Amino acid sequence: MVEPAPQHASLRTIMTTTITFPLAGKTFRQRATQEPVWVRRSLIGLALVFLTLFLFVPLISVFYEALKKGMEVYVAAITDPDAVSAIKLTLLVAAIAVPLNLIFGIAAAWAIAKFEFRGKNLLITLIDLPFSVSPVVSGLIYVLVFGLQGWLGPWLAEHDLKIIFAVPGIVLATVFVTVPFIARELIPLMQAQGTEEEEAAVVLGASGWQTFYHVTLPNIKWGLLYGAILCNARAMGEFGAVSVVSGHIRGSTNTMPLHVEILYNEYNFAAAFAVASLLALLALVTLALKTLIEFRNKQHQKQRGLE
Amino acid sequence: MSIEVISLSKQFGTFTALHDVSLQVHSGELLALLGPSGSGKTTLLRVIAGLETADSGQVLFHGEDATDQHVRDRQVGFVFQHYALFRNMTIFQNVAFGLNVRPKKFRPSKEEIHDRVMKLLHLVQLDWLADRYPHQLSGGQRQRIALARALAVEPKVLLLDEPFGALDAKVRKELRSWLRRLHDDMHITSVFVTHDQEEALEVADRVVVMNEGRIEQVGTPDEVYDQPANPFVYEFLGNVNLFHSRLHRGRAWIGDLEVDVPEHAEAEELVAIAYVRPHEIEVERTQNGEAALAAQIVHILSVGPIVRLELVRENDKERHPVHAEISKERFRELQLTKGEKVFIKPRRLDLFPNYPQSQLKH
Repeated sequence: MVEPAPQHASLRTIMTTTITFPLAGKTFRQRATQEPVWVRRSLIGLALVFLTLFLFVPLISVFYEALKKGMEVYVAAITDPDAVSAIKLTLLVAAIAVPLNLIFGIAAAWAIAKFEFRGKNLLITLIDLPFSVSPVVSGLIYVLVFGLQGWLGPWLAEHDLKIIFAVPGIVLATVFVTVPFIARELIPLMQAQGTEEEEAAVVLGASGWQTFYHVTLPNIKWGLLYGAILCNARAMGEFGAVSVVSGHIRGSTNTMPLHVEILYNEYNFAAAFAVASLLALLALVTLALKTLIEFRNKQHQKQRGLE
Repeated sequence: MSIEVISLSKQFGTFTALHDVSLQVHSGELLALLGPSGSGKTTLLRVIAGLETADSGQVLFHGEDATDQHVRDRQVGFVFQHYALFRNMTIFQNVAFGLNVRPKKFRPSKEEIHDRVMKLLHLVQLDWLADRYPHQLSGGQRQRIALARALAVEPKVLLLDEPFGALDAKVRKELRSWLRRLHDDMHITSVFVTHDQEEALEVADRVVVMNEGRIEQVGTPDEVYDQPANPFVYEFLGNVNLFHSRLHRGRAWIGDLEVDVPEHAEAEELVAIAYVRPHEIEVERTQNGEAALAAQIVHILSVGPIVRLELVRENDKERHPVHAEISKERFRELQLTKGEKVFIKPRRLDLFPNYPQSQLKH
């Protein structure tokens, strides 16, 4: 693993000269790449203050506000039929978006890492597009294409198909926003691994599927899992794009983030925070899983001497 | 099984990797494809394996056209330079892979697979490593496993891409002679790629010297070393000294030195390049009445039983070094020291008249 590079080049240049403290006949030497104590402490302090203000306090306040009026109110808020329907819809959307992006991510990463073709750079750029476009714009694109006044709107209306202000639109918007997560995770990994193992498998008579299942997949499984977890977190938490295409129909096209907003706008703070606390919990679980996977992956590599 | 390659050509963008290459590999022989990097040797091997498709030309296995056959149907064994072992599988699983992925109809039973894998591991003398993972093995061990894995599917031909390229000098030499013995036992048609001329000359039955996508010469190690077909092969195989000379009616001149070359009796006032191997240069203290070139010793390097001398000819303004190799015995006899003046004379030389200067290395 890479050691964190010492920050502040100007300070480092001062500190490259070794400072010696004559003390009781002993000489304490300071490592050339280490900053003095006061610098280190103030930097760490600064980081801590920042984290507390912007991360811990809001996180704790979510749970505090959610439970302020007691457990009954909390339970009532999250068992309310509209809330339950929002939770179900969120889970459904994630259950569709994550597998779709798994397939797309593997296919795209496979193509980019293992083959040379024209337009490869364009594909890489396209995969990154959802990261660079505002989610609201992504949602609007779908409204423009599938909405009643959009390109396909009249045709869809004729055939009685509803995409915008319905579940398919929400799924589409979520898939779009979460496209990069898995592909981005896998591309550098697969590129680093090269194609020799796959070639060896094919020469030995393995079919394409056997090669993928026995050789490629085991080599990328940790990266894949990591990408899937990030993808899932984003799929469940997405607000902007989904907000544009959903139509906010209670009990029907409301996802959890949208439900939180509606409750909040109705001054129903306890309920809003109760549902928000579920999303916060999801974030914490995601973080824990991510750390666990990183840890396992490292162990795995250490065990194989690939550090 | 014999392999025949008929006028293969292959372009990578603007780079020509193979230029109308034809080659015959006899059944049961061990053939080396030798050449500098970019000479097309690896591409040729990969086309034979089916890992690469040629733009034009044919590959025949045992007289049958295999050009359009898929890699997995060609029944070749391929050994990669960087082993390409499956890192998530044990050594046993690696060697068994080719048998395990067969369709049920053709797959041997579990016991059979086990026996065959253990037999192969025994053959490469690594049966005690069956339960380890590739990363726990040394480079030489990994390459032997890669070979066992390739042999497990009983291939008709064995193709090796710089098999010892990633190993250190000692392991390389060991594996080299081990491969030769293995081939003598199994008699499987084998082609291996190398850029190391010593390796090719030592191991192969026949050597194919390649350069810039073309075959320069095919022959036994002795043939290509003693009778190089052209200056490229001369310069690529072993150390060699180059002299510029004039050629006229069966006689050649290098400086003041006059040499009889009856094979060039027809030549009329030509410029020629003369090649002399370092061990075919005689070194004398005095001229002995015969024609010889005066030179000064600039460096002496003693390696085991051989002493290498670096000399500069007396009237050579550009100071091109001339290398000579003499035995230690002879060296003691002459009592040579650095800076001394001596006389050198080629015992044997090869002349290439009118060879374009631009194609030479120096």
